[in-house]
Amino acid sequence: MKRQEGSKGTLGEPSRGGRLMRLRGLVRKEFLQILRDPSSIAIAFVMPVVLLLLFGYGLSLDAEHVPLAVVVEEPSAETASFIGSFQQSRYFELVPLSNMRQAEQALREHRVKGIIYLRENFARQRRSIGAAPVQIILNGVDANTARLVQGYVNGAWEKWLELEARSNGVPLTIPVQVSERVWFNSELRSQDYLVPGLIAVIMTLIGALLTAMVMAREWERGTMEALLVTPVAIQEVLLGKLVPYFVLGMGGLILSVGTAVGLFAIPLRGSVIVLFAASSLFLLAALGMGLLISIVAKNQFVAGQIAIIVTFLPAFILSGFIFDIGSMPWPIQMITHLIPARYLVAILQTVFLAGNVPSVIWPNGAALLLMAILFLSLGRWKSHKRLE
Amino acid sequence: MVALPFPCEQSARVGEPDVAILEFRQVCKDFVSRRKRTHALRNVSFRVRRGTVTGLIGPDGAGKTTLMRLAAGLLLADAGEIRVLGRDAAADSLAVQATIGYMPQHFGLYEELTVEENLDLYADLQGVPEEQRSQRYSELMAMTGLAPFTRRLAGRLSGGMKQKLGLACTLVRSPPLLLLDEPTVGVDPVSRRELWSIVYRLVQQQKMSVLLSTLYLDEAEHCHEVVILHEGAVLGQGPPASFRSPLHGRTWAVSIPAGKKRDIQGKLSGAPGVVDAVIQGERVRLVLDAEPSPEVSRSLAELAGAPLEPVPPRFEDSFIAMLRSRRSGNGEAKAANRISSLPNVSTDGAEETVIAVRDVQRRFGDFLAVNRVTFEVKRGEVFGLLGANGAGKTTTFRMLCGLLPPSTGLLRVAGIDVRRAAAAARARLGYMSQKFSLYGNLSVWQNLQFFSKVYGLSGRRRAERLAWALEQFQLTSLVDAVSADLPLGYKQRLALACALMHEPDILFLDEPTSGVDPLARREFWHWINHLARQGVTVLVTTHFLEEAEYCDRLAIMASGAILALGTPEEIKSLARSPRLPHPTMEEAFIYLIEGANKGAAGP
Amino acid sequence: MWQRVAALIVKEFLALLKDPKSRFVIVIPPMIQLLVFGYAATYDLNDIPYAVYNEDPGAEGRELLAGFRLSPHFREIAHLSHDADIAPLIDKREALLVVHVGPRFSRDLATAQSASVQVIVDGRNSNTALLALGYVRSIVHRFNDQWAARHGQPKPPAQLEMRAWFNPNLESRWFIVPGIVALLTLVVTMLVTALSVAREREQGTFDQLLVTPFRPAEILLGKALPGFIIGIGEATVIVLLAIFWFKVPLWGSLLTLYTGITLFLVSAIGVGLMISSLAVTQQQGLLGAFFFLVPAIILSGFATPIANMPSFIQKITLVNPMRYFMEILRGVFLEGMPFLMLVDQFWPMAVIGGVNLTLAGWLFRRRLY
Repeated sequence: MKRQEGSKGTLGEPSRGGRLMRLRGLVRKEFLQILRDPSSIAIAFVMPVVLLLLFGYGLSLDAEHVPLAVVVEEPSAETASFIGSFQQSRYFELVPLSNMRQAEQALREHRVKGIIYLRENFARQRRSIGAAPVQIILNGVDANTARLVQGYVNGAWEKWLELEARSNGVPLTIPVQVSERVWFNSELRSQDYLVPGLIAVIMTLIGALLTAMVMAREWERGTMEALLVTPVAIQEVLLGKLVPYFVLGMGGLILSVGTAVGLFAIPLRGSVIVLFAASSLFLLAALGMGLLISIVAKNQFVAGQIAIIVTFLPAFILSGFIFDIGSMPWPIQMITHLIPARYLVAILQTVFLAGNVPSVIWPNGAALLLMAILFLSLGRWKSHKRLE
Repeated sequence: MVALPFPCEQSARVGEPDVAILEFRQVCKDFVSRRKRTHALRNVSFRVRRGTVTGLIGPDGAGKTTLMRLAAGLLLADAGEIRVLGRDAAADSLAVQATIGYMPQHFGLYEELTVEENLDLYADLQGVPEEQRSQRYSELMAMTGLAPFTRRLAGRLSGGMKQKLGLACTLVRSPPLLLLDEPTVGVDPVSRRELWSIVYRLVQQQKMSVLLSTLYLDEAEHCHEVVILHEGAVLGQGPPASFRSPLHGRTWAVSIPAGKKRDIQGKLSGAPGVVDAVIQGERVRLVLDAEPSPEVSRSLAELAGAPLEPVPPRFEDSFIAMLRSRRSGNGEAKAANRISSLPNVSTDGAEETVIAVRDVQRRFGDFLAVNRVTFEVKRGEVFGLLGANGAGKTTTFRMLCGLLPPSTGLLRVAGIDVRRAAAAARARLGYMSQKFSLYGNLSVWQNLQFFSKVYGLSGRRRAERLAWALEQFQLTSLVDAVSADLPLGYKQRLALACALMHEPDILFLDEPTSGVDPLARREFWHWINHLARQGVTVLVTTHFLEEAEYCDRLAIMASGAILALGTPEEIKSLARSPRLPHPTMEEAFIYLIEGANKGAAGP
Repeated sequence: MWQRVAALIVKEFLALLKDPKSRFVIVIPPMIQLLVFGYAATYDLNDIPYAVYNEDPGAEGRELLAGFRLSPHFREIAHLSHDADIAPLIDKREALLVVHVGPRFSRDLATAQSASVQVIVDGRNSNTALLALGYVRSIVHRFNDQWAARHGQPKPPAQLEMRAWFNPNLESRWFIVPGIVALLTLVVTMLVTALSVAREREQGTFDQLLVTPFRPAEILLGKALPGFIIGIGEATVIVLLAIFWFKVPLWGSLLTLYTGITLFLVSAIGVGLMISSLAVTQQQGLLGAFFFLVPAIILSGFATPIANMPSFIQKITLVNPMRYFMEILRGVFLEGMPFLMLVDQFWPMAVIGGVNLTLAGWLFRRRLY
C-alpha cells in the first residue's frame, strides 16, 4: 500500500489529489508562519494603519489660516470694509502691523506668509480715479502654497467688489464672471484624493516588500533547498506563497478602505466590487514584482533594499498620487507607464470620488492585468527547481 | 545509552555489490564568481551500492555540498553523468527529487512551526495519505525520541533535536536513497551517536541506501564505504579497512608522563620520517612514512624518552598520510619546522594564577545560563572548556572576555577585575572566534594593519610585528588577497596573527578549529603548544574531543555547571568501569553528560 | 586613542567602498532620486488639457477663448457641441476642465455689461483643480480689464498688485530641489550608520572589536565619523547640482548652510547609531531605518507645508530634525537668511543631536551584552 503510493510519486506524474494536498500543506504552513511571526503581521496590518494615519494627517495641501500682515497707512471706512472681507475668510489670519518695515521684517522671519499693503491714498484714489492699488506681497518660496494663497486673495477681493457694488446700489460691473463648478470634490479637500492614492502606495509595500522578504527568507534559512527536493513543482511553491500573501494584502486593503471611509470620511461613490477587482489585479502585479525581486536578491537585506528603491519611491512619486503626471517632462511620463501603481491610483481616485467610470476603469484595469501577467510570468520563468 | 552497532570489518561487504543506487561518472563542476573560476568538483567518479552507508569525507570546501546538490538535481554538472536509481539526475531531476530523501546542511526547518506541523508539511508535500500518517509519525517519533515534543516549536529545539527532526521530515515517506549533508556537524557527541544509530536502523530494517557527508574522520569508521574528497577530487574510495591496511607497521605509540606530552609531541612531530604525531591519552601516537628501521625506532625512542609500541592504524592516520603526501608534493613546508624561530621563554612564574573564576552566575531572565562556575588557570596552561551546545561554555567565555557582565561572582583576568576595568584587561588578551571574524572585504594586509593600530602599536614595533606576522604565518605571498577569498586554513592563520599582534599574555580561542581540515588543525595546535611554552595562557573551547587531549586541564560543562574538572587523565578515569577499562575522551564525555541528564530527569 | 579611532575610520571606509553593493547604495539611488524628484516632483501645471463648449455666436466669446488658447498653461483638446459631451470627457480624465460659453454670452455682455462663463473642473485631484482655477481666473481677469478699458466701463474700485518675494515666478522646483539636499543626505547617512554595527554583528567581527582595547565611545566615534564625512560629501554634490544643474539661486552664505548641514548630520547620525545599536541583524537595521525615514520625510515639510497639518501633528514635527534643516535650506538658498536669523533652527537640531548621540551611546553600552 505504502509502496504503491511511493511509486506513484516516483513516476514524476503527480496526481491532481497530490497537487492539492501539496498546495494545502504549503498554504497552511505559510499561514502558520504569518500568525506566529509578529513582523509579517506588523507589515500587513499595523503598517497600513500607521502609514494611513501619518500620511492622511501629515500630507495636506490645504492651506487655512494663512497668516497675512496688514499694513494700513491711513485707516478709514474704505480700508475697513476692504480688510473686513479678508477677515471673514477662513483662509486668512490677519496680523495688523503699523508700517511696511515691520511687515517686511515679519515676512522675512516667517511670522507671516504675505503682506496686504494699503497706502495712505487708498481712500482718496478709490474715490477719485476709482481704482486704488492694493499691494499684495507673498513669500514665494513654497510656490504651491503661494499660488493657492493668490487664489484665495483673488476670491476675497471679488467678494469685496460684490459687497461694495451692492452697498452702493449699483450693479456689479465685472464684465465676465467665472462660475466654477468643481465636480467630484466640491470642497476641494486634498485628503479626498491623497488617501485613495495612499492605498495604492501601501498595497505596493505589502505586496512587493513582504513577498520579497519572505521569499528571500526561505532562501536564506535553507528551507527552500529542502522544499525543492520534494515532489513539489515550482509553480506549486510559488502559488503556495501567492495565495496567503494575496489574502493578507486584501486584508490590508479592507483595513485601509475602512480607515479611509470611516476615519477620513472619504466618499466612496463607485462600487466596492470594482474597487476590489482592480486592487486584486494590482496586488497580483505587486506580488509578482516581489517574487522577481526575491529571485534576484535571495537574501532579505538586499531584497528589502531593492524593494524600497524600485517599488516604494516610484509608487510615491511617479504614480500621480501627489504630483500631476501630465506636468512631468515626457521622458518621465514614459517611465510612469511602467509603474503599476499609476494605474491603480487612477482607478482608486475615480472609484472613490467619481464613481464607476468605465472609460477610466477598463483601460487602467487592462493595464493592471497586463502588468500582473507580465510580472507573474516573469517570476515563473525565472524560478527553477535548481540552485543556479 | 544507545548501543552503537559498529559495522566492523566482517560486515564490510553488505548489500548487493553490483547494484549502484547512485553513480557519478567523470563529473566536473565549476563556479564562477567575481571573474574567478573555482573548480568545485574535478572528474569525480564513485558509486553508492544498495543497502549501504557511504561516507563522503573531506574538509570544508572539499566540494561535499556541491556533490550532494548535484545528486539531488539541484545543480547541473558541467561535464559527466550522474545516475540516481537508474535515472539521469540532470534530465530527469523532477522524478529524482520525487524519489529520494535529501537533508541539506542546515536543514530548512520552519522554526515558527511545531514539530508536528513540520511533519505535516512534508507529509503533504510527499503525498503521504492521511490514514497512514499517524502510524508513520509514531514510528518516526519513537525512532528519533521526539515523541514528547510534538507540540514544541521547532525553533525551541536543541541543535541535536533539530537535526533529528530534519531527518524525520525527510523520512515521512521512506525513500530508497537518503542524502545527508553533514548531519552531525555542530551536534554534541550524544546526539551524534543517536543520529548514527537511526541511520543504521534505516539501512538494516528498511534496506535504505545512505550517502552521508561529514567532517569528522572518526565517523568514517562507521561507514560501509568511504569516499574521500579533497579540493574537489576523489582521493580514494573503499571500505575503511582498505585505507588502514597500507599503514600496517607504520603506526606506533610512546607512553609519556602527563606533564611533558606536549613538549615531546612537538619534538616528535618535527622528527624526520614522522608523518603525524598526536597526543592520545598518556601516549603520543606516531604515523611514520615507512616501516621504521631499527635505527629510526631507536632515535625516536630516545627523543621521546620511552620505547615505541606498535598500535593498529586508524582511518584518520591514512587520511593524514594521504594529505601530507599531496601537500609536500606541492612544495609546502611543514609548519612545525618554522616555529623554531620563536624564542623559548622560561616559565618561572608557572604557579601564578592568570584567570580566576569564582562562583560566577549569569542569568538571562529566568534562565540560568551559567550556574556557580569556579575554576582557575595558571600561567602557561592550556585550559579547555568542553560541553554540548547550550552548556554555557560560550557564555562563560564571553564573560571572561568582558563581553558580558556576570550576574554574580568574581572574574579576574591577568589580575584585573573584568567588571571594573574591562578595557584594561582586554589590552592584555588576544581573542579568536570560530567564525575567524576578520573583515572579509579587506585584504590580508589591511586586516593586519587595522588590528596593529587598534592595539596601539606604532613606529618600529608595529613594523616589526607586521613583518613577524607575515613571516611566521606564511602570509607574505597573500598580502593583497581579499581575506574573504582565502581558504579556511589561511583565514585561521590570519585570525591568529591578528589576535597575536600585540603579544598578549592570554589567548582566548572559541572553537578555533571548527571546519578546518585535519592538517590545518594539527598546524594550529603546534602554534598553541609553542605559545604555551612561551608562557602564554590559553583558554580554548572545542567540540573535537580528541583535541581535549592537548589541554593541560579541562572543564566539562552541562546545563550551565561544571560536571568535571581536571587533567584529561583524571576526567577519563571517571568513566572507567569493568566494561570500559580504557575509556576514550568521547566515552568519558558521554558518560558524564548522560549521568547528569539522569540526575536531572530523576526524582 | 586617536590612532585607534583613525584606524577604525579607515577600516570603515575601506569596508564601505570596496564592496560593490554598498558603493552602489551610496551612489546610485541618490542620483536617481535627485533626477526623478527634481524633474517629477513639481506642482506647476503645464499643458492643462481643456475642452471648449462654445454656444455663443458672437465675437466676445471667441475673444475670451483666445485667451486660453494663447496661454502656455493650457492645451485645447476638443470642441464640444452638446451638453452631454462634457461628462464623459471629464470622467475619462481627458480634460481637466471644460470652458462653457453660454448662447447669450455676447448678448449679455453687450446689454447688461456682464455675463458669466461656466468652468467645470475635475476635482479628483483637488490641488491640481485649485491651481487650474487660479489660471482660469487670471485669464478672465485680463479679458475683463481689456474689455472694460475698451468700453469705458469704470474700473473696479481697487486693483490687486501681487508680487512674490524670493521666488517671483513661483517655480516649485526652487522649493523642491533644496529639500532634496536634506532628503538624500538623510537617506545616505541612515543607510551608512544604521547598518554599520548590525553588519559587524552579523559577520561576527563585532565581538572581535569589543575584545580589543576600544572603549564603547571610541567605537561609536569611529562609526559616526565616516557617516559624517560621507554625508558632507553627498550634501556638497547635491548643493552643487542644485545650483548649476537645476539653477536654483543660492543667496545666503555657505557658512550658514554648512552649519545647518553639520548640525543636521549630527542629529541624523545619532538616530542612525541608535537604530544600529538596537538592531541585531542588518534586516532589522534596514526596517528600522525605513520606519524612521518615512515619517521623518512626510513630517518635515518637504512635500507639503507643516502649517497645513493638524496642530497635534505639528507638535510631533518639533522633534524631527529634518523639519529645521528644511527651513534652513530654503531660507539660505532662496531667502538669503543671515546666520543669526536661523539660530532658532540651529539650537533645536543641536539639542536633538546631543540627545540622540547620548542615547545611542547609552543603548550601545547596554546592547553590548
